[in-house]
Amino acid sequence: MTQSIIVQVGQCGNQVGCRFWDLALREHAHINTKGVYDEALSSFFRNVDTRRSDGENDITSGKIRSLRARAVLIDMEEGVVNEILQGPLRDVFDSTQLVTDVSGSGNNWAVGHKVYGPACRDHVVEKVRRAAEHCDSLQCFFLIHSMGGGTGSGLGTHVLSLLEDEFPEVCRIVTSVYPSAEDDVITSPYNSVLAMRELTEHADCVLPVENQSLVDIINKIQQMAHSGKPSQVIRKESTLISGRGGVGGTEKPFDAMNNIIANLLLNLTSSARFEGSLNMDLNEIAMNLVPFPRLHYLVSSLTPLYTLADVNIPVRRLDQMFTDAFSKDHQLIQADPKHSLYLACALVVRGNVQVSDLRRNIERLKPSLSFVSWNQEGWKTSLCSVPPVGHSHSLLALANNTCVKPTFTELRDRFMKLYRKKAHLHHYLHVGGMEHACFSEAVTSLSSLIEEYDQLESTKSLLWSDAPRLQVAT
Amino acid sequence: MEPKVITHAVATAAKSSTWKYEDGSYFCQKQGSGNNWANGFCVHGPRHEEAVSDLIRRQVERCDRLAGILTMMSVAGGTGSGMGTYITQCLRDSYPHSFILNQLTWPYGTGEVIVQNYNSVLTLSHLYQWSDAILVHENDTVHKICAKLMNIKHISFCDVNKIIAHQLGSMLQPADTVGTLGHYTRNPVGELLKNLVCHSEYKLLSLSTIPQMSSSSLAYSSFTWPGLLKHLRQMLVANARMEEGIDWQVRVPLNGQPALERMAEKTKQGFNKSLANVLILRGKDVSGADPEAFLHPGLYSSWLPAGTAFSTWRSPVPFNGYEKSATLVSNSQSLLKPLDNIVGKAWNMFASKAYVHQYTKFGISEEDFLDSFTALEQVISSYRHL
Repeated sequence: MTQSIIVQVGQCGNQVGCRFWDLALREHAHINTKGVYDEALSSFFRNVDTRRSDGENDITSGKIRSLRARAVLIDMEEGVVNEILQGPLRDVFDSTQLVTDVSGSGNNWAVGHKVYGPACRDHVVEKVRRAAEHCDSLQCFFLIHSMGGGTGSGLGTHVLSLLEDEFPEVCRIVTSVYPSAEDDVITSPYNSVLAMRELTEHADCVLPVENQSLVDIINKIQQMAHSGKPSQVIRKESTLISGRGGVGGTEKPFDAMNNIIANLLLNLTSSARFEGSLNMDLNEIAMNLVPFPRLHYLVSSLTPLYTLADVNIPVRRLDQMFTDAFSKDHQLIQADPKHSLYLACALVVRGNVQVSDLRRNIERLKPSLSFVSWNQEGWKTSLCSVPPVGHSHSLLALANNTCVKPTFTELRDRFMKLYRKKAHLHHYLHVGGMEHACFSEAVTSLSSLIEEYDQLESTKSLLWSDAPRLQVAT
Repeated sequence: MEPKVITHAVATAAKSSTWKYEDGSYFCQKQGSGNNWANGFCVHGPRHEEAVSDLIRRQVERCDRLAGILTMMSVAGGTGSGMGTYITQCLRDSYPHSFILNQLTWPYGTGEVIVQNYNSVLTLSHLYQWSDAILVHENDTVHKICAKLMNIKHISFCDVNKIIAHQLGSMLQPADTVGTLGHYTRNPVGELLKNLVCHSEYKLLSLSTIPQMSSSSLAYSSFTWPGLLKHLRQMLVANARMEEGIDWQVRVPLNGQPALERMAEKTKQGFNKSLANVLILRGKDVSGADPEAFLHPGLYSSWLPAGTAFSTWRSPVPFNGYEKSATLVSNSQSLLKPLDNIVGKAWNMFASKAYVHQYTKFGISEEDFLDSFTALEQVISSYRHL
């Protein structure tokens, strides 16, 4: 069984991470009724004997004593991390996993990347290395951060390139929260575009998430919950946004949105942790969904959003789940994959679903989706038999689709609006190591990425003839 | 290369209380090959060669007389295809006088793994160099058998695998190959290969078994040898992979016509030419079954006389609950179309260089790809001009 390490950077990263650990514990508690430390738990948690404090306290099997998360928490101001350490999850982390500082990055990518980056590089390497040493077989780093701020964006991307240098064979999957158009941080376009360049160069896979989409999903669920129809009563703990049953106490703002991201990560790793008839490991995600090294931005969607309290689940509901996964209301960024070109698509199914149901739905949905000419059957499928808490089955769809192009184009436009007027630039240029060239290179990188997606999309409506085959002398 | 499936298999076998896997006869690692043929072949293969060869040698040493080795793998993934191919190469080097039969499972045409076509092309082209014969099962075909013949509503992989196991069993169980009942062959794999693979360019074998039906229908059915043999023969001629939907219009072309006309007629009608066939009959009154119809020379290519190209094996012991069952193992054009499809799709993907960086990362270059494509185009051409 492989292990993964979560690296959470910045305020957003740590808050999402906090929800992730809570929901992960909830999921494992639901399944692991005997209290034995098993392979599934070991992918994210260590079992330690707290009576020993010499660092050699891992217990690899037997009853669970005390679980420690395989995580590194990084933040340049102490508020968020302190809150985690005083909250109900305090026993899941210990002080060897934290890298903190006092004053924060001031929403400035340059401060995060060029100042704090080199300054705490050694600390970060040490903590990550220690976490890696506790793993038998480390497969993947999950980096969680936001793009709009300073620490998550600047220091987060510095940590990403650091991970590539120190651990080149370990996969790096990044969950990035992109700012919406009406973001409260004025310089978020600068931070995002500067960070995008790093992501394109150093990440294996990026799962972008937009706050606006999360808000829309929450509204949809709450509308459903309050609709009052007796047949439409939903089980409260089954919604995608619920943290009920976890360790946390009262719900805080942003918790609902962060729960969605946490569920995304749990579903992504479910097949690597639990058994099923068609397993999918994490390295298979990058292998199958990334046809060209730079085009590694995956649009994700989670269904179902909730389970109705009514227990009977006819087959039609199962098919509905598949249809929903491709509708634009369920995507985690503001994009419509159905009307753009698919390069590849992965379906991660959990629960009591058989391969025939899967095949039937793929056949059913295929005509309405356009795939690139050389990948007409570009489906990667995976079946895990353990469903998530509160559901009998669920589906995570990951698509490498050209619908990310509008998101990136808008980001670039917002950037250019500020950059043309040189607004707020002095904050960045004050920082040692920052020059105008950094900005122009970042924009060039983003533009060429958009161009690559554009070229692929333009093949969408062309009639593509098969490449002429090799001729063999008979 | 990852432990979940082996753990499950060993546990299931142990629970059955009639047989189990020997302790220490399995090998697994922590992390899979990521659906990457190059990872399986270039990295995991060499890394674990010694350990795996050791395990195999221990089993071989226990045999009085090693007839052959049967490997089972899929072509879509990374370990089965990549590392399986590497191990086949090692087996060929270590046991040059043993037969090696590779049983391959081809994935669903509509995609289980996106790079499955690349993995398939690389596997087949390399296996052709080291294996004696390649027996193919396609998920699509077996799925249809489950749906149409076995009437299973929600088909799981367990059902699919049971069908494949039944087909393999009906082929490999003891049978008499000589004609004097009561004397079973010691070497089914060897005899099979001797009869079917007479030319190194033609190694693809396919398998059909009739009847196949759910146990509830079985109680109400009865079979006769002439009926079964007639269906099986038409399945061969019309390239039908299961007993339903056979096209009875397709006929064996007459030998008197000039060669070109025959060719055109053949492709028009969908006639499936064979190189060689082995018919295995199991069950009641097996000595009375008459496979004369399979000896028609029009069924076979011109350079092998029908008498050599066709053989019958019999066993009076019924297999797996079927009172009478007939299995046809054939080296014919039936796999030509699926193979052509796979190579075509892989070639399209290769023309746009998609995913190639994932393979070059582990040591398979574009040249290697081109070599594989060339080898398979050669195989396709040979079968097409049979």
